[in-house]
Amino acid sequence: MAILIIAEHNHQALKADTAKTVAAATKLGGDIHVLVAGFECAAAATEAAGLVGVTKVLLADAACYQHQLAENIAALVVDLGRDYSHILAAATTHGKNFLPRVAALLDVAQISDVIAVESADTFVRPIYAGNAIATVQSADAIKVLTVRSSAFDAVATGNSASVEAISQATDAGLSVFVGEELTKSERPELTAAKIIISGGRGMQNGDNFKLLEGIADKLNAAIGASRAAVDAGFVPNDMQVGQTGKIVAPDLYIAVGISGAIQHLAGMKDSKVIVAINKDAEAPIFQVADYGLVADLFVALPELEAKL
Amino acid sequence: MKILVPVKRVVDYNVKVRVKADQTGIDLANVKMSLNPFCEIAVEEAVRLKEAGIATEVVVISIGQTSAQEQLRTALALGADRAILLETELNLDSLQVAKLLAKVVATEQPQLVIIGKQAIDSDNNQTGQMLAALTGMGQGTFASKVVVADGKVAVTREIDGGLQTVSLNLPAVVSTDLRLNEPRYASLPNIMKAKKKPLEVVAADSFGVSLQSQVKTLKVAAPAVRQAGVMVDSVDALVAKLKQEAKVI
Repeated sequence: MAILIIAEHNHQALKADTAKTVAAATKLGGDIHVLVAGFECAAAATEAAGLVGVTKVLLADAACYQHQLAENIAALVVDLGRDYSHILAAATTHGKNFLPRVAALLDVAQISDVIAVESADTFVRPIYAGNAIATVQSADAIKVLTVRSSAFDAVATGNSASVEAISQATDAGLSVFVGEELTKSERPELTAAKIIISGGRGMQNGDNFKLLEGIADKLNAAIGASRAAVDAGFVPNDMQVGQTGKIVAPDLYIAVGISGAIQHLAGMKDSKVIVAINKDAEAPIFQVADYGLVADLFVALPELEAKL
Repeated sequence: MKILVPVKRVVDYNVKVRVKADQTGIDLANVKMSLNPFCEIAVEEAVRLKEAGIATEVVVISIGQTSAQEQLRTALALGADRAILLETELNLDSLQVAKLLAKVVATEQPQLVIIGKQAIDSDNNQTGQMLAALTGMGQGTFASKVVVADGKVAVTREIDGGLQTVSLNLPAVVSTDLRLNEPRYASLPNIMKAKKKPLEVVAADSFGVSLQSQVKTLKVAAPAVRQAGVMVDSVDALVAKLKQEAKVI
């Protein structure tokens, strides 16, 4: 029995999450097939064929997959998925959107946000915002998993698996794409960045996030925010790091003006090195920080930018 | 238009949970329980649609122990019209919950199901999508804006990298994200009024749905504790540490 991974891509290129999902799949044992479903997405399929460990790429290239609508992608995966032992996708907003639909149509459970694979049927996942870690065993014939990509290191490239075109193209007719507003940024994406600098309520307003930009540019870092900063309207929700936002694990995480609420820590505590800058010496963020600096961020940030 | 809102009773989001010493689960003794925050947003959205004259009835449903009636009463105090409890002592997985909800959808025939995107205990983020699949409905997950018009619902979704808007034929399932709305507080008169609203209790095992989960929890452990590091006294010292000790910049 083989493993099916549904690739995450923008039609031209794969997202970093896919190579990390392949890494999780290599721990299960079995051939690994990657489905690239999209529109004019041959380039993404070629890239998937280059991932070490992948044995075959399935390419479903049709207009009905252009916007990755959950109803259409799920129908395709259910068609293909019955012959597989495992079906995996990254635990991104895309994977979380369509994969439960697949599981329900296959009449099996889904195991969400897998952070470790113990065996082909036993998986580790966080619950209660990461305040507890559950080990679960599935007796379902097909194991459907979303994988938290920050918990796995991407597989290498240099492979040349075969690419097989498949002709299925079903438009379920339940939903229609209307539009998209993507945040345009020269900076790396939060979930792919090696360095992240995040601001919290201490930033006081959205304009002050500019103080983070100069530092982010110097470090090639992504900019994040705590839920408090998002709730206060300083910045949009797609910048949110935390239980209800993005889960990240960069090499360096710099938390500025963030107190360290449980819900924020759940999103960044697996970072390799954590720096906290906060004027409140009692802030809980200092309990998880490798390096803490008690300082007024409006003084410390310009100084930091100058000294990098 | 009738709206169905499934809700869950969970540990209050302000509670710091503790793992049981025997690693069988979370210690729930004497812990404050609340309506799941995303479910509260779902109730609020449904009530607003009723206040706007778009919805005619808001039905809330929960699946769980008798005690879940408390959270249903909370939802009634927020403005829902009536409540249903599918009672069971079992801890169900998302798939069983979705199957039970699909049975209720078949009898209640709502035009819209609004559901929280995830419960903050199991953190699964599955039930809405599964319910949509089982009932053949379209889905608008992680909604930050919902507009109902002309037999369709336009849902603006929070996705990685921005926002996406989809239009779904009704009936449809919408799952709520944080920024959809800010739930109101229930007023005392509304809390009193909620006590008189209808709340129907049905046995969850009376629907012919197998409530047996295929997923077994082997162990629940506390997460690894991160060691606190060192405090530095200046930006210079911080930059030096990052360059020479951590070697990350």
